[in-house]
Amino acid sequence: MASGITLSGVFKRFGATEVIKGIDLAIEPGEFVVLVGPSGCGKSTLLNLVAGLETLTSGDIRIGAQVVNDVPPRDRDIAMVFQSYALYPTKSVRQNITFGMQTRHVPRDRQEAALDEFSRLLQIDGLLDRKPGQLSGGQRQRVAMGRALVRQPEVFLFDEPLSNLDAKLRIEMRTEIKKLHQRLGKTVVYVTHDQIEAMTLASRIAVMDNGHIRQFAQPHEIYEDPVDLFVAGFMGSPPMNMLPGKLARDGTARAVAVEGNGAPPILFPLPGRLAARLDEPDGHEVVLGLRPEAIFAAGTELPGPDRFVFERTVGVVEPTGPDTMLVFAIGPVEAIARVRPGDAPDPGTAFSFEVDMTKAKLFDAASGLALGARTGGR
Amino acid sequence: MRARRISGIVRPRGWTTTALRGLLFAVLGLFCLYYLVPLIVMVSTSLKSLDEIREGTLLSLPQSVTVDAWVKAWDAACVGVRCDGLKPFMWNSIAMAVPAVLLSTALGAVNGYALTKWRFPGADWIFALMLFGAFIPFQVILLPMARTLGLLGLAGTVPGLILVHTVYGLAFTTLFFRNFFIGVSDGILQAARIDGAGFFRIFAGIVLPMSVPAIVVTVIWQFTQIWNDFLFGVAFTVGDSNPVTVALNNVVNTSTGVKEYNVDMAAAILAGLPTMLVYVVAGAWFVRGLSAGAVKG
Amino acid sequence: MPVSSSSGFRPGQWLERRIPVLVVSPLFALSLFFVYGFILWTAYISFTRSGVMPVYDFDGLAQYERLWSTPRWYVAIRNLFVFSGLFIAISMAIGILLAILLDQRVRGEGLIRTIYLYPMALSFIVTGTVWKWILNPGLGIERLMREAGFESFRFDWLIDGDRAIYTLVIAGVWQSSGYAMALFLAGLRSVDDEVLKAAAIDGAGPWRTYTGIVLPILRPVFLSTVIILAHLAIKSFDLVVALTGGGPGYATDMPATFMYAFAFQRSELGVAAASATMMLATIVAIIVPYLYSELRQTGR
Ligand SMILES: Nc1ncnc2c1ncn2[C@@H]1O[C@H](COP(=O)(O)OP(=O)(O)O)[C@@H](O)[C@H]1O
Ligand SMILES: [Mg+2]
Repeated sequence: MASGITLSGVFKRFGATEVIKGIDLAIEPGEFVVLVGPSGCGKSTLLNLVAGLETLTSGDIRIGAQVVNDVPPRDRDIAMVFQSYALYPTKSVRQNITFGMQTRHVPRDRQEAALDEFSRLLQIDGLLDRKPGQLSGGQRQRVAMGRALVRQPEVFLFDEPLSNLDAKLRIEMRTEIKKLHQRLGKTVVYVTHDQIEAMTLASRIAVMDNGHIRQFAQPHEIYEDPVDLFVAGFMGSPPMNMLPGKLARDGTARAVAVEGNGAPPILFPLPGRLAARLDEPDGHEVVLGLRPEAIFAAGTELPGPDRFVFERTVGVVEPTGPDTMLVFAIGPVEAIARVRPGDAPDPGTAFSFEVDMTKAKLFDAASGLALGARTGGR
Repeated sequence: MRARRISGIVRPRGWTTTALRGLLFAVLGLFCLYYLVPLIVMVSTSLKSLDEIREGTLLSLPQSVTVDAWVKAWDAACVGVRCDGLKPFMWNSIAMAVPAVLLSTALGAVNGYALTKWRFPGADWIFALMLFGAFIPFQVILLPMARTLGLLGLAGTVPGLILVHTVYGLAFTTLFFRNFFIGVSDGILQAARIDGAGFFRIFAGIVLPMSVPAIVVTVIWQFTQIWNDFLFGVAFTVGDSNPVTVALNNVVNTSTGVKEYNVDMAAAILAGLPTMLVYVVAGAWFVRGLSAGAVKG
Repeated sequence: MPVSSSSGFRPGQWLERRIPVLVVSPLFALSLFFVYGFILWTAYISFTRSGVMPVYDFDGLAQYERLWSTPRWYVAIRNLFVFSGLFIAISMAIGILLAILLDQRVRGEGLIRTIYLYPMALSFIVTGTVWKWILNPGLGIERLMREAGFESFRFDWLIDGDRAIYTLVIAGVWQSSGYAMALFLAGLRSVDDEVLKAAAIDGAGPWRTYTGIVLPILRPVFLSTVIILAHLAIKSFDLVVALTGGGPGYATDMPATFMYAFAFQRSELGVAAASATMMLATIVAIIVPYLYSELRQTGR
């Protein structure tokens, strides 16, 4: 039923500036793929290429089995929801929703039936005779969704559909979009710069940077096993702590030596399984990546393997409710630890941190690529 | 003008698309001709001798190019009884346009600034009432203006015309500056006010430097309007103090002697040259003024 | 009871607070005098017996009765309707057409726009002069067509009392249609790109996109363009003087030239004032509602 989407060797240039720099991506039928990346990295451009709103410079795009490079948007069996909603300001909600069916000469009664079904589903059936200007932001968003859903295409494209909503509505709509996808089972490509949206919605996430896809994988894998420093730093909030250091030995075991500012270096012992996959010699410059939740108050978690305790002075204490963030200096950087509110000390006091080194990530300082990764490479 | 960013939509290919595209360029090209032909005719006629004009057609190019008509239009054509060409009238126009443009722009800037950034009770009403002056048919003020100029001793003089253009340009210049200042955030001005800067200090130190675009648009607009004016010129000046538009009309519409079409065309080009130059050099600003003239910025 | 000294009268501060008013007042006074005062004067004169010289004793509607029993005034009014109707309609049609065509990703758009718009920089006197030459019955288009083989081609509208008014339309459209194009193009470009993308996804072709979506969005631009062109048409004086001189006879007279002729050539101030007042009333009827809605829209 749903169609997959295949991009191979896709390039896009606007004049002299290359915006999409060679992308290969295979999206399975019925999948919910989220494109995520910093603003200006080419997400919308990529989505527009899939939609046929921009013309490819080179490469191929397939929807289902058909190469659609030269197929106009109306014949690609897609629908799209835009960040600005892009409702037709002079048309009523009803006309907005049925316009796409009118241009395709869908019979009147089928139009009415579809309008009826989806306006009820989206709870906009009371607004059909209003103009977009008379709707709230949330209502407009629903109308834009209705316009996309009503034609029941094989593929849905979303370009930051929720970023103009306030936080509460955004979470609500996020859940609704997920429900709709589960119910309709169509392929979705969803652009966002919000990593929480990406994590919660996606069956797979494609992390983009500067016209490239850095990693395309399931959300937990993106989070647990980022392929490089960019992905590691982009996903997660607060972001992963990146401690620059050198490969070293602690006795015979391998470790990472993180220079203290003048103080003697701290030796973070590497877990055996990670150490076994390392080819790099001692002294190799690396970045040790520790997520805030991998650093906690010493002795507060059940004991496990590869734990490491060190002491630091707490700089800033930031309660967020469920957790409290402790900011402290380590080497040349500031690190953040996530502790339970009850374990939080006063700022300025010395504190014992415990690190779960099984969750540590190691990156090559020069190339930024993950070291000793299970999957390896891109 | 902003270029369209959405231009890459994949369109169906085929001969209809190609044909339509061809038609598109054909129509655009034809209209280019429509707008350009009068200019070409004007230039080519001005470079012909009278004999050649009588023998050829509008579109035939000059066989032996001569600038006699230009020289005559500049130096010797008869305007009424006086026969020293458009030259003195060009100077009249310059002597009238430059002060009138500067005055009306300066006053409009202060006025727009006071009305938008120091909003006092009634400011909106004052603006609306003044704005109306930009839209009245000037026929309605011709008679009293002529009498007033007479009473002031300015009848038939260039300074009189400067006064007229300044007074009736004020509505437009105020409108331009108001539209510009509305878009300027009040924050900077408030900060300056808290620092103790007054009305004129803020105007000279902060507002003017950031108003360069508005000033350019206004100056270009006012210059075009004032240079091209005919009604005030013909109503309020006589003979020697005529602006060049009036002189041109007199050259073209004299009923005495042989019609010298080449001189007419050369004179028309001369009279249109200053505003054409402004347009060619600062076309984008000119367009901005045109759409600002549509009330909204 | 002691009065707080801080609320005492300080001339510097008092002046400082009133500077904006002090700056605006003389300019506003100029406007009151030169616009509203003069309008009142003209309106008053239209109710007097003024002839060569203004007289100030009230004479009721006599001048209006004279005006409306002058055949020449009817010609002027009819010409104004014919001219502005055609001028506005044709300029708008050309303006929309060219704006839409230019919106189609045209190479050299900037140059083409410059060409379409340059007549707007010219004085109507220059425009009139050129077109007078092009439309010259003996040597202009007529000669051109005859040389091209159409021996019996006749084009003498300029001296044909029934047709001369159309030559004004031809020249006026030449000068102003580029302006309409520029206003529409700016309007087209202000339409949100994403709306056009949505239309493409919804399957609307170019025709449907423009007629169904874009042009309805541009309704305010239509309105303001019509108003601006109407305003140009009602004030048209220079073009008539330069191209036809109001002739042949007074066949191409318009209210603006009518007023000028009665004021400065025939010295019938009362009739001139009455005609000027009629012109003002027409413009007020068009402009004031427009200005009112525009100013309210921009929130002031
Ligand atoms: N039509 C266009 N012409 C020129 N440059 C463009 C165009 N569209 C996008 N770009 C450029 O391409 C880059 C990527 O844009 P976009 O895909 O919108 O980024 P994102 O959606 O990830 O924020 C930006 O630098 C943008 O300026
Ligand atoms: Mg984007």
